[in-house]
Amino acid sequence: MPIRKQSVAGTTYAFDGLVEVMARATPLRSGDQLAGCAAETDAERAAAAWVLADLPLTTFLDEQVVPAEDDEVTRLILDRHDAEAFAAVSHLTVGDLRDHLLEVATTPDAAATYAALAPGLTPEMVAAVSKIMRNQDLVLVAGAAEVRAGFRTTIGLPGRIATRLQPNHPTDDAAGIAAATLDGLLMGCGDAVIGINPATDSPRTTSDLLRLLDDMRQRYEIPMQSCVLSHVTTTVDLIEQGAPVDLVFQSIAGTEGANRGFGVTVPMLLEANEAGRSLGRGTVGDNVFYLETGQGSALSADAHLGTGGKPVDQQTLETRAYGLARALEPLLINTVVGFIGPEYLYDGKQIIRAGLEDHFCGKLLGLPMGVDVCYTNHAEADSDDMDVLLTLLGVAGAAFVIAVPGADDVMLGYQSLSFHDALYVRQALGLRPAPEFEAWLAGLGMADADGRVLAVDLAASPLLGIASGAGS
Amino acid sequence: MSASEPAATRDPWAALRRTTQARIGLGRAGNSLPTRRVLEFATAHAAARDAVHEPLDVDRVAAEVADLGLGEPVLLTSRAETRGDYLRRPDWGRRPGSLEPLEGVEKGADVALVLADGLSSRAVTDHGAALLGALAEALEGRSLARPVVATQARVALGDHVGEALGVRFVLVVIGERPGLSVADSLGVYLTMHPRPGRADSERNCISNVHPPDGLSYAAAARVAAALVVGADELGRSGVDLKDTSGSELTA
Repeated sequence: MPIRKQSVAGTTYAFDGLVEVMARATPLRSGDQLAGCAAETDAERAAAAWVLADLPLTTFLDEQVVPAEDDEVTRLILDRHDAEAFAAVSHLTVGDLRDHLLEVATTPDAAATYAALAPGLTPEMVAAVSKIMRNQDLVLVAGAAEVRAGFRTTIGLPGRIATRLQPNHPTDDAAGIAAATLDGLLMGCGDAVIGINPATDSPRTTSDLLRLLDDMRQRYEIPMQSCVLSHVTTTVDLIEQGAPVDLVFQSIAGTEGANRGFGVTVPMLLEANEAGRSLGRGTVGDNVFYLETGQGSALSADAHLGTGGKPVDQQTLETRAYGLARALEPLLINTVVGFIGPEYLYDGKQIIRAGLEDHFCGKLLGLPMGVDVCYTNHAEADSDDMDVLLTLLGVAGAAFVIAVPGADDVMLGYQSLSFHDALYVRQALGLRPAPEFEAWLAGLGMADADGRVLAVDLAASPLLGIASGAGS
Repeated sequence: MSASEPAATRDPWAALRRTTQARIGLGRAGNSLPTRRVLEFATAHAAARDAVHEPLDVDRVAAEVADLGLGEPVLLTSRAETRGDYLRRPDWGRRPGSLEPLEGVEKGADVALVLADGLSSRAVTDHGAALLGALAEALEGRSLARPVVATQARVALGDHVGEALGVRFVLVVIGERPGLSVADSLGVYLTMHPRPGRADSERNCISNVHPPDGLSYAAAARVAAALVVGADELGRSGVDLKDTSGSELTA
């Protein structure tokens, strides 16, 4: 791309290449400032947005932000690009694409139109358009899109929002994990997955925790999937040893280098997907991957440089991770948006913006997108900011959110949503749990005919044995 | 307080709470958290935020360190001038604003002790001088440089200090990121042959020092001293060096 110039308020700004235009046009965030690629001033950012809006979408097929010869994620994205699907928008600029997406959102068959378009869009195109969309645009388009996936529950149905029940414990104590799981189930959570971050990556611990959850599932006939978020190689080994693995987990990022930092490659992930599917444990679908991502992961691994050795902005790299995720057809994928800290997303405003961008980009690319609505104690954010983001994501049709007891993850040391927050968003927006899970709740008298989770007395609950049995 | 806790005997969650620190069985007001639980959470978050943002009382801490008899502490600041800069720019927190205060300080000691505010000034205020004292005691027999108190500082700032003082080891005692339940925890980072550019994999860390609930000063100091001995034998600190001090990681 030649150097492009744009004047704003009497000053002319020049942008050298696609990487620079993308970075400078990105709404302000601390991670891009740390990487040295953010616009210096608001006027420069506005100028870059004009340049970006005028770029033909074909630019993204001709010019790469991360060179294909250096990066297997780029090669995967290009290999899997569907020219036929792209034909519907190939004549548009980035600005035209925004208008088109908003037009489609008003039509009755919007979801089908987006689904047909998805394989024709590259992550970079989607990242680009998101940068010139306001928060309300990100909500409207994502809200009109639909992406479904299934294992033992169905994820992504309109009018529903699922939850990952995250019963982490600092020492992986079975009784403590069971107590937190019981708490979440009584609050109608766990329909996306019951997923434990283990304190150690030992195969033995992972195996023990998998059996704990699988025994619980079978004893109480819960339509659910479990996951212990160990490294993908640990999980694949356990599959070979016959452990009850439902979902295969891995953190992924948008560059080959950042994925190497996670200890994974594209072929390794594709093989793990086949290994998980080979077990045939799903009942309503065979999506077996659970993926986590987050803006800033490439920068923190010092693997964020692109064409010309220039730093690529963190939101574009995040969206490239979704390009990789698409190839794995996951059941669940979520951005852990506020976990990484204020050097990447400084405050509530930046976290909210990033959460909406990630959700929009993932969903438009065809992923069952969830969000870990979360923050750390050194970020300028609090529960009120999380309420705002959760509400917006509920309106935007997020597939699922993460929930922990009282919003306090005592193992990872950050604040996510609480089980109560999940009930809040369902009540405020009339959203229901995943249908299979809702039917199970209703069968136990824990939900009413409208899917509302009823308050139950612990002592009288048929699930009480979950906690009392785990310690033995 | 009007929103009082139900008697434990009437709360069937009481037994389950003994299995986890997680905030389970909080009850419901409609679908939402009861008032008491909302206030508890907000209070814990407030304490954690204050621990991050309250500036370190350098005069007070420096006086306490001076009382240890290890020499008058040298005061340093990082390149990050404000807390906002510190949080946004970890690279600035790793570099000293100026090393001038170290000029004229005697060089060539075995170990330098650096007390840094990190992400919790409260941890340094509550435990900093006492932990430094315990470390000096556990390192008896080794020569110590004059102690350094550094503000807006991250661990790698110790690499610059260590190089400037020509020491073989630097021990950075630093405030850890506050959690909701613990806002006053210190970490200790050991680096052998410190110099700018050392990777995190070349350090050893002792975390969670905050008596009475976390690791005690004496236990942390014993482990640190054992790591120094081990690094001396191995010729380097970092991931290849294991803590061989036994089962002493209890409070």
